[in-house]
Amino acid sequence: METIELDYPARQPVARRVHVGVVGSGDLEVLLEPSPDLRAHVLITTSVEGYGVVWRHVLDRFFQRFDGAASIEINDFGATPGMVMLRLEQAAEGLRE
Amino acid sequence: MNGDALRDYRRFLARASFVEMAARERARAILDAGSYRELLGPFDRIKSPWLPMQGIVAQADDGVVLARGTLDGHPALVAAIESGYQGGSIGEVSGAKIAGALELALDDCRRGRPIWPVLLLETGGVRLQEANLGLAAIAEIHAAIIALRRLVPVVGVIAGAVGCFGGMSMSAALCSRLIVTRQARLGMNGPEVIEQEAGVAEVDASDRAGIFRLIGGEQRHAAGLADDLLEDDAAAIAVAVRAAFARGSPPLERSAQVGRLAERLASADPQRPPAADSLRRRWNEGAPS
Repeated sequence: METIELDYPARQPVARRVHVGVVGSGDLEVLLEPSPDLRAHVLITTSVEGYGVVWRHVLDRFFQRFDGAASIEINDFGATPGMVMLRLEQAAEGLRE
Repeated sequence: MNGDALRDYRRFLARASFVEMAARERARAILDAGSYRELLGPFDRIKSPWLPMQGIVAQADDGVVLARGTLDGHPALVAAIESGYQGGSIGEVSGAKIAGALELALDDCRRGRPIWPVLLLETGGVRLQEANLGLAAIAEIHAAIIALRRLVPVVGVIAGAVGCFGGMSMSAALCSRLIVTRQARLGMNGPEVIEQEAGVAEVDASDRAGIFRLIGGEQRHAAGLADDLLEDDAAAIAVAVRAAFARGSPPLERSAQVGRLAERLASADPQRPPAADSLRRRWNEGAPS
């Protein structure tokens, strides 16, 4: 098990909380909520160790398009990078609903 | 294709699968539209302290969704177990969530404000990593069901695909009314556990058809251990849950029929175990309708 913390600049506040996913095989849970400052904070807990670089790449790409000031908690159970991106976008979509 | 088959497959395609829903969606699908209100949700972060100590990532709600809402306008409580997380296993926290919610419902019932309790059971039973703490919580769930069902029917649903096993199979057996689908399984030990402990000659866990003949929803219903056998259709299950409460408590709860259950057990010879269909015939003799 490993935890990874990442920080990104943000432009607009986030108005609500969104929860998606399950901590199940090949899946992950995303908890997205307003952050206390105008930045985005990501806290990842993953069952698979040694993939910090891959996590950074996936989150870097997500934050190229997402500019919400959100605290994002990810609880991962061995999801692939594609699955991680899908869950993040599902959470971002939940903000717009 | 004749008209019936055409209608049937259209109905099949139009239905919302309950089996495929996650726990949160299931609770929403059961309650009246717009009435869903979650208690101790993921953002409350009431999660297992024990799993991270063992290198296992914990889910923010510990795999149990508690929701208040209404059923046909009547106050209700739904406890739904998320089978995708740790096999729906019951740990200290997830078990305490269910037991605590049932106990609060009991308080309300005693104060003359009856709450209809629904358990959506999809669980392998106790979470082995939390051992006795999970078992203690399951015992509290049992005690709460027994206390509650004196005042209000307690309705259980096993939809599949995990089924309901271990200590939680006893929770299912304690329910006033149990709703199953063909994809449900109900038993004390799961087939893999029996094969591992007693050998493949006892149970071949890879024999899917054989397992379902033994512990599947259809068999459990035919043997009188479940009350409603339904298609995997969220709307039909929601209707059946409401009908179960409308029917009220049974004159004698199934698990209180000790004499009848003991006779059933005594009638089976473990040296020559009965086949699935003869068990159905024998166990259904004199069953209350």
